Amino acid sequence: MNKYPMWKYAIIAIALVVSLLYAAPNMFQEVPAIQVSGARATVKVDATLKSTIEDALKAANLAPDDTEMDEQGIRFRFRDGDTQLKARDVVQSKVGPNYVVALTLMPSTPHVMQVVGAKPMSLGLDLRGGVHYLMQVDLKAAANKFFERYQSDVRGLLRDKKVRYSGISREPDRQRGGDQIIVRFTEPEQRAAAMKLLSSEMPDLVLREQEGNGESSIVATVKPEVVKKDSDLAVQQNIQTLRNRVNELGIAEPIVQQQGPDRIVVELAGCLDPARCKDIIGRTATLEVRLVAEEYAAGPGQDAFSQYKDQPAPLSADKFLDQEGRPVLLKKQVVITGDRIKDAQPGFDSPERGGGAVVSMKLDDSGGRIMRTTTRENIKKRMGMLLVEKTSATVLTWPVIQEEFGNQFQISGMPSAQEAKNLALLLRAGALAAPMDIIEERTVGPSLGKENIDKGIHAVLGGFLAISVFMIAYYALFGLISVISLGANLLFLVALLSMMQATLTLPGIAAVALTLGMAIDANVLINERVREEVRSGMTPQMAIQAGYERAFGTILDSNVTTLIVGLMLLAFGSGPVRGFAVVHCLGILTSIFSAVVVSRGIVNLIYGGRKKIVKLSIGDTSWHKTHDKDGNPTKKAVA
Amino acid sequence: MEFFKIRRSVPFMRHAKVFNIISALTFVAAVALLATKGLHFSIEFTGGTVMEVSYKEEAKPDQIRTALNNIGLTDISVQNFGTSRDVLIRLPLKTKEGTSQNVEMQKQADSVMGALKQADATAQLKRVEFVGGVVGKELATDGALALLMVCIGIMIYLAFRFEWRFSVATIIANLHDVVIILGFFALFQWEFSLPVLAAILAILGYSVNESVVVFDRVRENFKKMRKATVDQVMDASITGTISRTIITHGCTQMMVLSIYFFGGASLHYFALALTIGICFGIYSSVLVAAPLAKYLGASREDFLPPPDKKAQLDPMP
Repeated sequence: MNKYPMWKYAIIAIALVVSLLYAAPNMFQEVPAIQVSGARATVKVDATLKSTIEDALKAANLAPDDTEMDEQGIRFRFRDGDTQLKARDVVQSKVGPNYVVALTLMPSTPHVMQVVGAKPMSLGLDLRGGVHYLMQVDLKAAANKFFERYQSDVRGLLRDKKVRYSGISREPDRQRGGDQIIVRFTEPEQRAAAMKLLSSEMPDLVLREQEGNGESSIVATVKPEVVKKDSDLAVQQNIQTLRNRVNELGIAEPIVQQQGPDRIVVELAGCLDPARCKDIIGRTATLEVRLVAEEYAAGPGQDAFSQYKDQPAPLSADKFLDQEGRPVLLKKQVVITGDRIKDAQPGFDSPERGGGAVVSMKLDDSGGRIMRTTTRENIKKRMGMLLVEKTSATVLTWPVIQEEFGNQFQISGMPSAQEAKNLALLLRAGALAAPMDIIEERTVGPSLGKENIDKGIHAVLGGFLAISVFMIAYYALFGLISVISLGANLLFLVALLSMMQATLTLPGIAAVALTLGMAIDANVLINERVREEVRSGMTPQMAIQAGYERAFGTILDSNVTTLIVGLMLLAFGSGPVRGFAVVHCLGILTSIFSAVVVSRGIVNLIYGGRKKIVKLSIGDTSWHKTHDKDGNPTKKAVA
Repeated sequence: MEFFKIRRSVPFMRHAKVFNIISALTFVAAVALLATKGLHFSIEFTGGTVMEVSYKEEAKPDQIRTALNNIGLTDISVQNFGTSRDVLIRLPLKTKEGTSQNVEMQKQADSVMGALKQADATAQLKRVEFVGGVVGKELATDGALALLMVCIGIMIYLAFRFEWRFSVATIIANLHDVVIILGFFALFQWEFSLPVLAAILAILGYSVNESVVVFDRVRENFKKMRKATVDQVMDASITGTISRTIITHGCTQMMVLSIYFFGGASLHYFALALTIGICFGIYSSVLVAAPLAKYLGASREDFLPPPDKKAQLDPMP
């Protein structure tokens, strides 16, 4: 009696060994490392690069402890932070600007575990330090931008094909919401031609003819599915831009992902300089190049527009301030925008021109073409570089165009070298398709993260220890078995979380502790039941059998409600609460296995098959009830 | 070792009235506190900024407050957090609506740090959390929804498992725990944050377990104890499970205390909510749920096998 077949022991043993293998990586400290990856998606790392870097490191006497390579990049582990910093400089100068060399921390997991893919749990922001942003993409503004593009496309198309229209305007669509483009015609045949042209050339628009007030017109609206596609595209482009920026910051394992239809999460765990991260991520700069509205200028000097200081700008121009706060009028038409920029590098002007900080720009081919035509036609006139941010637009500089220039030029007049560096980074990383707003931010310093890990571990261990002492004192050997199975539960839980690569947070650790505290319930139920059966006069072997069997129903039952709570928290919770919920749900599943199967296995190993057991070591069972459940004196009491 | 050598059933039901009056009074008090004082919601729900700043020497909240008043921030709260060297500064959401609100808040956080550094150069920013008004509202709705769904889920489960009287009795008994925990949070104006909400929901599930175990016994005893009255059955069931109830809760409470003492300041209220929940959970699932089920009319007939089908078919011609 009370013997498990071999296969059951085998399952328990396999579960324990596998869990140990997957849980163990969490025990290893993280070591400093550097990661080399391509600065752009087209730049790939390969074995040649790896050996080049290795040679360079060896030459500098900074040989790495370990090296590994995958699609994301090549990583080198080092003994200490000092070597890591030196190695970064060596590698960066070796590989050049086409690669990003990032400082990071990597687990010092032994090779065997890495082969089977055993990795430590990823630590959340509150345990590791770093920054987290939730950004809201302003889809209305994006839609507006797209709508303006359609409007100017319609205008350009009609003009190109010489279709005569009397007016084109944008009006709110009262029936369906949104906006519509209205093109007015005086001659019906022109409208027919326009209708034909627009319906063949612009499939994204829904066209409708309209008569009234003595004029005929075409009403065009953008198809709803196209609007949706456009806004999805805007979000996607913003994500791409953010990824580029993050890559420029050189942070390993960044998270940039979409959340819901119009939100983006950026999480940079292990960001060593939160202020700079925030500055780069949070800025929503786009660059616009526009011509200065010379027709309103009072002269060639920098105070040419001072008369507009307190006056609104004329209709055909926009008023902005430059960095010294002087008003500047720029034409409404944008020559090029930031998305034409191929490269931007900070630098310094030649000494004879003041030696100030500059940003050297390189444009793509079509940007260069536009720039060449514009500058050729506007020599000796001025051009403004406008930096547009969420709440403000500043004219960085508005120099006179000295000569025709193409796809390379400089923006001078930067206030400082640092500012030039940041602007270059922002311009290089690309423009945002739609403005964004940070609606949630969390920044955790690295020291706080370490403290939180220690606190979490102490809380779990402290509680575990207290429960162990009590259980062993109260239930003797069965208590010890319960404690071992509770330990197995902790092991399974950690292994599962590591396998899933779940992100551990401080509430997550609290959930581990709480789940352990609640999981002991299953063992208490079993032990109480076994005691009861012994008291009612069963033989020890039968009591074990009956106790486990009868307790099982109750254990399943009592875990269902906990599971309901866990699932609801998972469905409706957010952020840290979700972490809590994941741990809670998993913990319930592992606790059933460990309390019922593992602890029974141990009990069977100890007591199973033994013919004569005088007494179970489960604490005091010598007393018995004087009255049965109906309130009558029991036989033993009467005797 | 054995704590509970209970040799005969304890007559819990005889004192049911007393327990019910205590429950009703605490419940009313909790509701009154919630209505008058309200909960002190964390910025996760209200929106705003919270900054944790640590100093080399002992931090002086008063001086920090003055320093911040000087730069025009008056509606702020500064308090020690965890140790005497750490402070927590809360900036409420600016009432100005619209997109620039978030930008304003970001600037404000920067200016706070500037002022603190000026007052004491050792000031070091450990953590910043900013939650925009929209996000806060969403979290609050999601939280309320989670609570509602948990209640519905548990009611459905219990109705399946037992019958409606037990289901209603259990959910009332346990919601009464939730309200009482909230009452404590209102009385002492403890901060109600997301982890606290998680704790409360976890407790709800946990105490329902307790009632399930008791009612399981009640059902079993209704079948076994043919001659006993409803009161006797309930007494016997509660007595039979009390040992397990107290030991289990005691173990969980040890873990919670460990979280309270070692887990640091950010888990403080989480552990407090759990502690109150565990204590009232024992009380309510044992001493409130059972009498409620009785008042609702739970009786032996609910658990007897349905009458023979043949007997019903008999009158047919």
